Order: sequence, then structure tokens, then C-alpha cells
Amino acid sequence: MSNPNPVSGSPDKEPATESQAAQNAVGNTDRAATTATAPKRPEEQPRPSLGRLFLDNLWAANTVTVTVLAVVLAMLVGAVLIIVSDPEVLATYSYITARPADALTSSWTVVSEAYANLFKGAIFDPEASGFTAAMGPISETLTYTAPLVFTGLSVALAFRGGLFNIGSQGQATIGVILAAVAGFALPLPPVLHLLVALIAGAAGGALWGFIPGILKARTGAHEVINTIMLNYVAVYLLSWIIVQNGVHNPNRADAISKPVESSAQLPRLLGDNLRVHAGILLAVLVTWFVAWLLTRSTLGFELRAVGENPDAARTAGISVTKTYVLVMVISGLLAGLGGSNMVLGSTADALTPQVVAQIGFDGILVALLGRVKPWGVLLAALLFGALQAGGNRMQSYSGISLELVTVLQALIVIFIAAPALVKAIFQLRAARAARLQTSLAKGW
Amino acid sequence: MEPGEIHALLGENGAGKSTLMNVLYGLYQPDEGEILVDGKPLKLKGPSDAIAAGIGMVHQHFMLVPVFTVAENVMLGAEQVRGGIAGFLDRRRARREVAEVSERYNLRVDPDAVIEDLPVGIQQRVEIVKALTRDVDLLILDEPTAVLTPQETEELLTVMRSLKAAGKSIVFITHKLGEVKAIADRITVIRRGKTVGTASPTASRDELAALMVGRSVRLTVDKQPATPGRPILEVAGLVVDDDRQIRAVDGVDLTVHAGEVLGVAGVQGNGQTELIEAIMGLRPALAGTVTLDGEAVHGWSTKKVLRAGVGYVPEDRSVDGLVKEFSVAENLVLDIYDRPPFGKGLSLKPDAIAKSAKERIEQFDIRTPSAEAAVGTLSGGNQQKVIVARELSRPLKLFIAAQPTRGVDVGSIEFIHSRVIRERDVGTAVMVVSSELDEVIGLADRIAVMYRGRIIGIVGPDTPREEIGLLMAGITPETAGEPGGTAPEGPGNEDEA
Amino acid sequence: MSTTAVPDVAVTGVDEGFWTRTRKTGAVLLALGVLAAVLFGALATDQQARFTLSETEGGAALEINGTIGAILFGIIAAAAGGALLAGVPKRWFGLLLGVGLVAFVLSFLCWQVSAAPEGRNFMPLVNIVRGTFILALPLIFGALAGVLCERTGVVNVAIEGQLLMGAFAGALFGSLSGNVWVGLVAAAIGGAFISLLLAVFAIRYLVDQVVMGIVLNLLAVGITGFLYERLMQTDAQKYNSAPRFGNWEIPLLKDIPLIGPALFRGNIFLYLGLLLVLVIHIALFRTRWGLRTRSVGEHPTAADTVGVKVLGLRYRNVIMAGMVAGIGGASYTLAFYSFTKNMIGGKGFIALAALIFGRWSPTGALLAALFFGFADQLATYLGAIGSSIPSQFLAMLPYLATILAVAGLVGRVRAPAADGKPYIKG
Repeated sequence: MSNPNPVSGSPDKEPATESQAAQNAVGNTDRAATTATAPKRPEEQPRPSLGRLFLDNLWAANTVTVTVLAVVLAMLVGAVLIIVSDPEVLATYSYITARPADALTSSWTVVSEAYANLFKGAIFDPEASGFTAAMGPISETLTYTAPLVFTGLSVALAFRGGLFNIGSQGQATIGVILAAVAGFALPLPPVLHLLVALIAGAAGGALWGFIPGILKARTGAHEVINTIMLNYVAVYLLSWIIVQNGVHNPNRADAISKPVESSAQLPRLLGDNLRVHAGILLAVLVTWFVAWLLTRSTLGFELRAVGENPDAARTAGISVTKTYVLVMVISGLLAGLGGSNMVLGSTADALTPQVVAQIGFDGILVALLGRVKPWGVLLAALLFGALQAGGNRMQSYSGISLELVTVLQALIVIFIAAPALVKAIFQLRAARAARLQTSLAKGW
Repeated sequence: MEPGEIHALLGENGAGKSTLMNVLYGLYQPDEGEILVDGKPLKLKGPSDAIAAGIGMVHQHFMLVPVFTVAENVMLGAEQVRGGIAGFLDRRRARREVAEVSERYNLRVDPDAVIEDLPVGIQQRVEIVKALTRDVDLLILDEPTAVLTPQETEELLTVMRSLKAAGKSIVFITHKLGEVKAIADRITVIRRGKTVGTASPTASRDELAALMVGRSVRLTVDKQPATPGRPILEVAGLVVDDDRQIRAVDGVDLTVHAGEVLGVAGVQGNGQTELIEAIMGLRPALAGTVTLDGEAVHGWSTKKVLRAGVGYVPEDRSVDGLVKEFSVAENLVLDIYDRPPFGKGLSLKPDAIAKSAKERIEQFDIRTPSAEAAVGTLSGGNQQKVIVARELSRPLKLFIAAQPTRGVDVGSIEFIHSRVIRERDVGTAVMVVSSELDEVIGLADRIAVMYRGRIIGIVGPDTPREEIGLLMAGITPETAGEPGGTAPEGPGNEDEA
Repeated sequence: MSTTAVPDVAVTGVDEGFWTRTRKTGAVLLALGVLAAVLFGALATDQQARFTLSETEGGAALEINGTIGAILFGIIAAAAGGALLAGVPKRWFGLLLGVGLVAFVLSFLCWQVSAAPEGRNFMPLVNIVRGTFILALPLIFGALAGVLCERTGVVNVAIEGQLLMGAFAGALFGSLSGNVWVGLVAAAIGGAFISLLLAVFAIRYLVDQVVMGIVLNLLAVGITGFLYERLMQTDAQKYNSAPRFGNWEIPLLKDIPLIGPALFRGNIFLYLGLLLVLVIHIALFRTRWGLRTRSVGEHPTAADTVGVKVLGLRYRNVIMAGMVAGIGGASYTLAFYSFTKNMIGGKGFIALAALIFGRWSPTGALLAALFFGFADQLATYLGAIGSSIPSQFLAMLPYLATILAVAGLVGRVRAPAADGKPYIKG
């Protein structure tokens, strides 16, 4: 546990200073290009043409390229899964030597239709008419994006502080419980009610983050183990509390709580027919705040110092234990806000055992995909939200199970996590491949 | 190498001794050149080839599994097994083998002891047993005495002599002249990866030292006599345990005055690290008091101690001194980021940090591509200058520097030394801890010698080196001749390079 | 609640003054015992609490008056705690702790059983023991997979995914071939597939092992869920109707009262699981493979310098771990149920907890798995007798126990030193 080395020990790992991830995700290109080209061809003509530079640039293993290629690779694997799981298409492969065109056409049809629906469900459907129908996909995407931003930030922030918070799921669960209870139990006026419910959710998450934080600080117990365990404790707490008197909806026989009052719900942004709600605005605001916290605040300085080298931080007078606890509290707070989104937004208005969905676990993927930087997390959450929204349409129109989205998400992150692999597959230039390593912790 | 010969490989830190031997042991692959054994070239793909060729190595950092017993460690990789494919371990045989070897060479190790419970000296003997049970003819000892007490060193030298008597060849890597002269049959001196000469043990110290460093060894520091003022740091009856809950500092009393340099000399591992960490609030003091300019500071947090006007250069810069991934600018404010002008309330002032970084880089001659470069990309000397610059940038009452020039190039050493003296001359109390006796003698106005957790004597800088050497070996004028004291010609003088 | 005195876990013998670990444990146990005697005693009724040795109410049974039982066992637990507190030789520690905890549980059961409604106030011990083992089975396989992996220094958070893939592959190929053995082999390969990915990414590409484990779990959930919906749901007859292993009765042993019907009339997975615990335990601590495996998990550089092939051994063990977990997954689909989406439902993480709670040793993991299985079975039983204890809180028990164990409140757990750290030569 004392090994401060990042995963890869990669020598030119990203200096922690530059955290504006948006700039990073897009803006790395030129720097990557100079480093990629300069040492390669020192004697050749000193100034390569702009077009050449652009191509080099594109082909260098920078963040954007690797991300795009990872998505492409994942979708290729997904296409294979679609084909092998379609009995009719598979049947055409039995006579592929006789009539190869059949197999190819049928494969192409089923895959292209599926991915077309994915696109239409996530971004835009050219056949849609009218404002609501045209904005529908974007609205859905943003609805799924909002909670993932919070849990993604939660995981990313903890990573930067040197902790692996697998407990966002549990923290979101406790957050959802408190937000919902505050949402239906407190008689408060509209705006205030929403604020109180959000604060309650955040506090619940913070509490659930505090436990592994204080255990780590006091006893050295590894946060990975404790957060995994607390996830399940939270699940059982949720399923228990739903059926308690005063929480359970008396009009229903199944396990569902009373609905949250409308005064505590996040307002919808584009009218009642579109689900997108103010949660996404809050998400952007919180992303900005986390970015500020990490780069421009003394707390962020401490957090990053402890995350990179706890020994040096301690020697410089920074309290490592206090920082660990604070990191986990803030991380839990963010996850709690994500949970609140699930019950105060438009996804659901009452507690059920599935109310939190997978936002905590997805948040881990989002954080990794976003290279544990706030604006990167926002973009990654957007991609995942789009996949989710598109997946729904793919399921209902093409009959492709929504689980394909889970597969795609996992594969994307696997390819991202090992840039060396993507590089090997695509023969990319070495360039900055090494700096794409996710920087995080160690074993138990 | 001849059979039954002890060949010393002498060189400064970083001269390439260990790398050479790792190649010889098959851990690293040579870029070019070849190794000859009995006149035949040898290709080593890995340690197993080296072992097969009769080469054994005792690494500087022991290669022992801490939770295994001695017997388990010895048999690992060369297990005697029964039961065919199942491969059941023959523990009894392994134990017997350890007992035999340990008896034959008088090594006295218990085959059933668990490694992590054993003192360092014994662990080292386990390593030797490990090599011997593999029937090696050539044993490489990499800096074997760096972690040993004088007694343990003396025992090691005895073991080496008995190995030599049994016809084993030994390569003895070190940078300590005293030991080399005491035991080597032949000496090869290495500097910057090249052999610069061979010598016989009868060569004088000065000759050897000159070969080793390539220039006059005397580190002279220009300084005026000190003008000590009032006492700044007073330590009384301090007791501190190390990480393994073993007493490391056992009742230390010392005083450092304003405007003087107190040098703390001693073989590494005699409690110096723990003493300083306790003063800095990094390690709890079990008893005793620490007073800074009249104020009791024991029990304070590190931050509070730093804020009270203490500057601290930790002994291991890459572990405790710097956050390697951080920029030079960030490392320069690592302990004052939250004070004006760098931070106010929750917010950080990047402009102020950048501006101050620019000034420090200039003042302290830090060679870096920019203030934004990650500190880990700088050379050792420049990394050390970053720490020194950081600590000397605020008004200090006390400046503590532990091993301030370890692994630092000559130019940076001189620069850092001059800065230390300049700090003394403005009236700061300075405490320098170093295992390089030369450095202590060069810088200090008074020298405290630490031995087994106690200050065994405080002497002036003009004291003969031999006398200080004896103190480092635990021999005070009063105890000399008492049982337990090592012979004056012993390895206690090891640091007299 | 410390499981066994595992030989490889050295307890640092630091002098802690009066409050040694033994005394602290004793004090806690004493308090628990007193609590049990007072609280459970007061809540228990005067009904007889019957523990029958069969599966039904009838037959031979152990009986005790509820109130008396609750108080008596509470006092026994308190006495064991008191003895520890008073200071006893170290070798008595495990025994007294065991006695104390069992007595505490019995006191609790006396209360619960005696307070159950008439006609249900008995506890069929055969059912309980058998249920405990059945519920513990996937945990045992999963924890063994963890042992194999983590003892070589690769953190295995992907146990869940390995179990799931094993269950799925077993069901799919068992159905397609109509042969249980084909299903079993396929399950092992399915588990190995996930662990191969873990090995390649962790060892070759140096990706953080915990991250990789989490992602692989999601991948397994996704792939199996996707193929389940596409294939198994549309044509269950063809894709999801694997043949099942029957129960094998072991002659003579099956007739032992209580143990016989509970343990020796089980299926192949039960026997295989127990056998594997024994085999892996012996292999780990008594063979060359075990010594090398442990050395690689503790200090890979040291192992390398004496010629042990660190990376090769890691690959081999991680893949073996996947096979063991894969077979564990098949213990669902080739013995009891058809495959359903995400059917492992977190058991992989309880297996991880059992691994940690059992201090990275096979026998420790077995005991921890049984303890967790018992808690699970007890929750079902208490639900059936209409207990006032919410089943959710019993379900939390394994997780809470692990948190306590990791925090050092119940003994000290120590992972292999190089667990989770990639080995880079040179």
C-alpha cells in the first residue's frame, strides 16, 4: 500500500498541474504532435507541411485518437456479438462458401440497422418532425448524462487524492434514500424543498464516504475493500427502508416508497414532454467547481500532493489522514448528489430497489474514460449517456438487448486503460501513448 | 578473479559498481562486451544461469521474503522435492542443509526463524547461506556493510575470511576505504562506469581516495569562525521508537545555538533519522522534551513546527522531499501553499506561485527547462536544490538538513554547502546530519556523534578523524578497552574515506 | 470472529501493555455474552426450542426451554470472554473464541426459535447445515480463485465476472451438447477467459488490477446478459436447458446422523469444492509450486533473483483461478437453476470478502465462506418462522464482518505484500 508508483510507472505521466481536461482532451494534439515529430525526423526538412503535420498529429497516439479508436474497436466487437447472436444471420454463414454475399449483406444489415438506431436514439433522428421529436434524443442523452457526471467526478476526485472509491454506488444509494425521504416527508415551499432534498442527498453520500475515509485514516484499512462492502450494506438498507411504515407507499403492494413531492423535483428544461431536467445544469456547475477545487484551491493542492506522494506531503506539513477523510467525504457527497438526481429528476420519483441503477459502477468507467479530470469526466459521461439513450432505441426498434451498451462501455474503458494495446492494434506512433495511462493506486 | 581471493570493487556512489555486478548476476543484460569464466565466454540470460555458473550475489537490498522462514528462503528456487510431479517440499533436508552450511562457516543462523523477526546482520548471513547452499565459487557482496553496526561489520569480515579460507572467491563492492584495506587482496577502483586503476591493499588511503573521486578528496568549505548566540533548539531526554517499535533514540540531549552548525555524525541507522523526525513532529516522542527558542514544541504537528520557523531537508528526497509529478513551482511552495501570497482562504494564487518560482530558480541556480516542468525530470542535484530553495525561502530560526548532498553532483554539493554556511552566518541555528564524515567535518562548528540512539560525544571540528571514527564505533575514551568495544583498528573507522 | 490461526499470517508480537488483542477480544465477547443472557433471555419465551436432527419437525431432537437456553448460552459466551480477559495461554485463544461465538449464536437461536409461532418453533438442523454448504459453495470456489490469484500478487476483483461467465458457459454449452461434462469443461474455460483478460492486462499491459477487475465484471455482466436476451430468452429449449448433475450418495458416510444427509448426499460441486480447499491448501504450503507462488506474491524480485519465473507463474495461477471460479459458476447452472441475467448477484464480492476474512488462506476462506453461508441460510430460516429480525440486516452481516476484520478490530489481516503490484524486471 505504500507503493506510490502509479499503475504503469510510466515515465512521462501527465504532470498533475494541468487539469483543464477539456483543453486536455482536445488541446493536447499540438503538443503531442511536436514531441512526436520532432525527434523522429531531425534531419529532414525542418518544417513539414501543414497537412502532413495534421496527419501525423492524428495518427499520433494522443488522447483523442486513442479514445476514438477505442470506441471504434468496441463497436467492432459489438458488431461481432450482434452477428453471432442472430440465428438468421448465422444461418447464412453456413453456406458462406457458396454465397458469401448473403452472409455479408445480412450481417451488414443487422449491424448497420442496430447502430443507426443507436445514433438516432442518442443524437438526432432525421425523420423526426416537430420540436419535441427532434429534441427527444438529446433530451434523453442529457437525462442519462447528469447522474453519471456526479458519480464520475466522485470517483475521479478520489483517484486524484490517491484513493480508489469503488463505493460511489453505495454513496449514491444512501444519497437517494435521504433525498427521497426529504422529498416526500418534509412539508416545505418549492425552491427551498428542492434545496433541502439535494442537501440531504449530498449529506447521505458524504456520510457513506466518511466511513471508509475515517477507517483508512485511523486503521489503514484499505478503502477498496471497505467501499465494496459498504455498497452492499447500502443495498440492503435501501431494500429494508422501502418497506418501512411511513416510507412505503400505502397504495402499492410492491416495494416502492411514497412519491417525492413536486416541490422537491428538479424542474424540466424543455417542457413536460421532454425529460431533460435541471440536473444537467447542476452537473456542469459542479464540474466547474471540482475543476476549480483541484487546480485553484489549497485543498486541491493538498489533495493532489497526498495523492501523488503521501510521504512528501506529510513531511511538508500536510495532514495526510485529514486529507483522506476529506477526499472521501467530498467524493461521497458528489456521489450522493448523483443519487439524488435519480429520484428528484425525471428518471423516477420514488424509491425502488433498482432506483440507483448502475450509476456508481458506471461512474468508475466514466472517471477512467475522462482521464480522471473534471471536464474529461463531463465529456465521458456525455458519451455514456448517449450510449444509454441510443441503447434504449436500439432495444425497442432493432431488438438488440440493452446489455450491448454495457459491453461497449466496458470494452471502451478496457481499450483506454491499455493504450499500448490500441497502439499495437493500430500501429500508432509511440508519441504520448504513455501519458494516457490512468493514474491511480495500487493493490490492497 | 583468482580462487580464494577477496577482490574489492571500490567507487563512489553511482560509479556503476552495482550495475556491473547485476550484469554479472544476469539481472541486467550487457549492451556489449562479454564475461569470461575459466577462460570461456559466458552468456547469462538470467540469475539461474549465473547460479549454474557458480556465481552468487548478496544484494544491497536483501532478496529475502520477509514472511518466510530461513529454510524456506534458502531453498526457494532450488527446492529439494519428493513425490514426483506433486513436488512436495523436503523441508527436513532444507533445514539440515542450512544447519550444516551455517555450522561449517560459523554463520549461526536458525533455519526455522522467520526473516522479518531477524536483525539486519543475521538477514545478511541468511543471504550468504543462500548463496553457499547453491555451491557458488564466486560470491558478490554489494555494499554489505552499509546497514551494519560496527560489530556486525566485524563479524561479516570474519565470515569473509573463513569463506576465503574455504577457497571461495569474493567480490566486495563498497565505497568505504577502511574495510577495503582491512580485508581485500586486490582492489579495483571504478569511476563513472570505467575502471580507473587497480591497487594493492598496501596503497595509502589518499592514493585510493584520489583514484576514487578523481580529484583531491578534501571538501573544503570556506567559512569564518562561528559566532554562536542564544540556544535555539534544545532537546532533552528524547526517546523515540522506529517503525518496528524498536528503540531508536534512547535519551538524547543536545543544544543548537543561533549562528552555529551542529554536525551529527554516525553510522547510518544509529537513530539519526528518528531523532530528526521526532523533532519535526513526524514521529511521536515517547519521552523527553524538544524546545524551540524557549517554546516546547514536542507533540506539535509537523505543520506547526514548520510554521514556527524550522526548515527541513529530509534525507530521502524522492520519498519525503518532493512530489515528483508536481511542477518545480508547486514543489517550491509545498509547505507554504496556503500562506499569503500563495494562498488565501481556500483559493490558490497561481501568479504569485509562478513569480516566486522564477525568483527561486534564479537565486538557487536550479537548472530546469521551465518552472512548469515536473520535478521528477530534473537531475538529482537540481531536485535537491529545489528542496533547499524551498526551505531557505522563509525566515528561519532552525535549519535541519539530513544527508543534504547524497547522490548530488560535485557542483551542486559546493553550492548547497555555501548556502548552509550563509544561513548560519545570518544567525540561524543549523543542524546537519550526514553519514559522510567529510561533510560533517567540513560544515560543522561542533560535532555530535550518535551511536545506538545516544549522543556518545560532542567534539570540535579540529578533533582528529581517528578520534571521531572511534566514537562512531561506540568507543569513548572512557569505555575504550572495556569488553564489547571493538578493536581500534576495526571497521569502525569505515567512514574515514 | 477471527477464523483460524493461519500459519502464514504472522501476528506482530508487539507489547501492547495490558490491553493485548486477546484481552480486547475477551472484553468484547464478555459484553456480548452478558447482552445475550439479559436481552435474549428476556425476549425468549418459555416454549421449548427444538433443534431437530432431521429435515422435519419429527424425529430425534435437542430441546431446551427457550428462556433457560438463551440465558445459559449467554452465560457460556460471557464465561469464554471472561477467560480470555483474565489472560489464558495463547493456544486456548482460538478454542475459547469459537466456543464463545457459537454459544452467542445458540443463545440468539433459543430466543428466536422459542418465540416463533406454534408449529414452526423448531429448527431442522439438517436443512440448516445443508443449506449453509449449498449457499457457501460459490463463495468457496470464488474465494479459492481469489487465493490462487492474490497469493501470486494479482488482485482478483473479477471473481464475480469469472463466476458469472462460468455459469453462463456451463449453461450454454451444456445445453448445446446435452452433456454435463462438456458443460463443466466449458464453464472452466469461460471463467478462464475472464481471468486470461485480467492476466494479460494486469501483467502485460500493467493496467491497475482493481480497475481491470471492476471493468471485467461489467464486461461479463454485459456479454452474458446480451447473449442471454438474444439467445436464451428466444430459444430456452436449445440454449438454456443444460442437463444437471445428480446427487451422489457416498456409502457409509451418508448414514452418519446430521452430517450424513447434509453433506454426503450432495452433488459433485460440493465434493469438488471441499477437495479443492484441501488440495490447494496442501499445495500452497507444502509443495514447490506453493513456495514459489507465495514468494512471487510477497517479494517477486527475490523470487526472480533465484531463478523463479515470476510472470509465467502469475499467468498460470491467474488462469487456474479463473477455471476454479468458472466451475463455481457452473455449480448454479449445472446443478440447480437455469441461467438468468446477472444470476451471481454479488456473490463474487462476498467471495472476495471471504478471502480477506479468511486471511488469504484456503482453509480460512472455507471457514469464512461457511460463516457467510450460515448467515445467509439463517436469514432464510428466520424469514420462514416469521422472525422480527429483518432479513436485510442478517444479509449485511458478511459485509459488516469484513469491514470490522479489515479495520483490525477483529484480529489483523495482512495481504500478500506484492498483491496488486505489477512486476517490472530490472
